[in-house]
Amino acid sequence: MGILSTARMKSPWLLHFDCGSCNGCDIEILAALTPLYDIERFGIVNMGNPKHADVLLVTGPANHRNYRVLRNLYEQMPDPKGVIVVGTCGCTGGVFHNCPNIIGGIDKVIPVDVYVPGCAARPEAIIDGVVLALKKLSVS
Amino acid sequence: MSTGWLVGSAVVAVIVAPLIGGLLRGIDRKLTAHMQGRIGPPIIQPFYDVIKLFGKKPMVAGGAQMAFTYAYLALIITAVVFFALRQDLLVVLFVLFFGGLCLPIGALSVKSPYSQFGGHRELLQFLAYEPILLLAAIPIALKTSGFTIVSIFEYGQPLLPHLWITFIALLIALAIVMRKSPFDISGSEHAHQELVRGVVTEYSGPYLALIEIGHWYEMVLLLSILGLFWVTGSLWWLSIIIALGSWFIMLIVDNINARLTWSWMLKFAWGVGIVLVALNILFVNLRWM
Repeated sequence: MGILSTARMKSPWLLHFDCGSCNGCDIEILAALTPLYDIERFGIVNMGNPKHADVLLVTGPANHRNYRVLRNLYEQMPDPKGVIVVGTCGCTGGVFHNCPNIIGGIDKVIPVDVYVPGCAARPEAIIDGVVLALKKLSVS
Repeated sequence: MSTGWLVGSAVVAVIVAPLIGGLLRGIDRKLTAHMQGRIGPPIIQPFYDVIKLFGKKPMVAGGAQMAFTYAYLALIITAVVFFALRQDLLVVLFVLFFGGLCLPIGALSVKSPYSQFGGHRELLQFLAYEPILLLAAIPIALKTSGFTIVSIFEYGQPLLPHLWITFIALLIALAIVMRKSPFDISGSEHAHQELVRGVVTEYSGPYLALIEIGHWYEMVLLLSILGLFWVTGSLWWLSIIIALGSWFIMLIVDNINARLTWSWMLKFAWGVGIVLVALNILFVNLRWM
């Protein structure tokens, strides 16, 4: 493993976007930042800026209201990048799947690398998902 | 001191300064994490970050921004070289100032509102700390009868007992340069803020890595200037203790403070910083210190 792929594994910066989730998964993502889980141990930092981010964490179902924002954020992230969907809503649409304003899972709008199911997903599962996405980043 | 020795020390400074700066940033993150009850990243984390950023695809918002990034790093390295060659302290500070100025100019060349705001606030930071840095050279020159760093070495006595008031004022400038709370208004190193990442919002990938390396140089240079306050005599190693001690004070100040407004920063830097330096100049002139 080269020095660049090691560095990529060791320093994933996250961008978190809420597509309209109930905030359950968002609270779990933020829980991963607290002293109990402390994801900064692995060099993971929650960024507010798509231009600095390596991994896009999306919660909530894709919908007609903000899918352009989601695609815009994705396109603003420089390659190599990964997308992780957190929660059942983001994976398939979840309980909202046949609502008129819902498109469905996030993968209907942007390519998704890792799906983390759960309602809400546990912080441990989210960290596992990030590690999986990193494996994809380190080989690209 | 021979010319060959000086040139050698300049080459060593250019190579070693970013290593020290990166390591200090890593220890900074580790200590900050411990102060917050977390474990924190490994201390070589900043090097991972920079290597990763070099591997990202370059995305530039404009050619001017790219040019200013290179200018920022080149000018800061020039300032480090001048310092290692023991040149005029004022020249070092001016080159450092022009280098630092490239960052907000590059940020202002992009139309993004966050970048614009960050650039303006970075300029306000210059307005706050630059007078302190430049005025601080005056009491040093009065004591050592020369603006050059050589004259500080030839003075033969430590400066800190005479100029401790100036030293305190320089700590305020250091906090602003290191973007520590309560002065991290133009782009915080850690948390989210209302400006996203402020002045560096529009810099990404390899350009952000260059800025990060430039920032390490800047921090090490500022700490070295603080070290000049006890650089002569048999206790010369106190200069390292003083530099690292000031750095540690910055960490504590960062962790016990909230971010405050730019107007408060200007009032504090001018009202306290400049007044302290002015008092020191007065005392030195009256031969009280």
